[in-house]
Amino acid sequence: MTFSFEILLLILLLVTAAGAILVKDLMSAILLLGSYSFFLALVWAWLGAVDVAFVEAVVGAGLATVLFLLTLFGTAPKDSRLRRPPPPIAALFALPLLGVLLLYAANDLPKFGDPTSPASTHISPAYLERSYQDTQTPNVVTSVLMDYRSLDTMVETVVIFTAGIACALLLRRQAS
Amino acid sequence: MIRPHDSIIVQSLGRFLIPVIQIFGLYVLFFGQYGPGGGFVGGVILGTSMILSVLTFGHDATRSQIAKKVLHGDGVGMLIYAGVGGLCMIGGGEFLNYAHLEIPGLEVAARRSLGIVLTQIGVAIDVAVTAVSIVFSLSAEEIIEDVTNG
Repeated sequence: MTFSFEILLLILLLVTAAGAILVKDLMSAILLLGSYSFFLALVWAWLGAVDVAFVEAVVGAGLATVLFLLTLFGTAPKDSRLRRPPPPIAALFALPLLGVLLLYAANDLPKFGDPTSPASTHISPAYLERSYQDTQTPNVVTSVLMDYRSLDTMVETVVIFTAGIACALLLRRQAS
Repeated sequence: MIRPHDSIIVQSLGRFLIPVIQIFGLYVLFFGQYGPGGGFVGGVILGTSMILSVLTFGHDATRSQIAKKVLHGDGVGMLIYAGVGGLCMIGGGEFLNYAHLEIPGLEVAARRSLGIVLTQIGVAIDVAVTAVSIVFSLSAEEIIEDVTNG
């Protein structure tokens, strides 16, 4: 039962992603991208990464869609239709080859949830064992993000701040 | 410049939904220590509620004044975050080592928990202000004068 659910989710992901690229109308492309983000959030939640799923649903399906739509309403009607040239022949050969290479490399990745994989033996056990007595925070993701890796999160905040400032500098200038 | 939406359905739904979204954003922000969520998501949800009020009631409505006032807080979130780090240094520790926040009567673990809450509030303010600011930038025409005149 879970197996068919998983297959259905992945097919929906592929369909919405291909649709967002192939569709002619930009408005439809934005809405398809939003639904793609939502399906991706479902995949994250199904894999157990609930925090990532939350961010993907709120930012990818919610905020980014609004920003794209506002940008689209700021354009002229002739800009919002696309004409795509056919893909070059080199790409037709090289990209499937790259896909085969990636699939080949994916064979060597550790299995999902493998307790002996490098990701779950190096430092994760220390975080999982000591998080609660160190920080009184039951959610380990939060304690890693905001305490053990706090400096990284601060610089991420600086990045977001810079993005807002850059948007204001670039877009609000034409008004004056 | 965003004009108010004509439809009464959109207006009444917005009137009902915006406070709910704001309460949910605060819940996500402060529940981030116990479940999924945290400063980033909570900030985005709070910013989204203000964006919704601007899109529904227009740029000049009284309900949108909060969103316009929020723009003055650009950088406050970062100041809170870095300020907590600075307080840790004043307390004699490393930058952002919350165990050295000088609050009497708290154990080390409780201090670190408090530090997490404070920095999450900083992240949330920063993200919410940035979201509203980008939406105003994308729809900017006569906004600059309004904002600079208060």
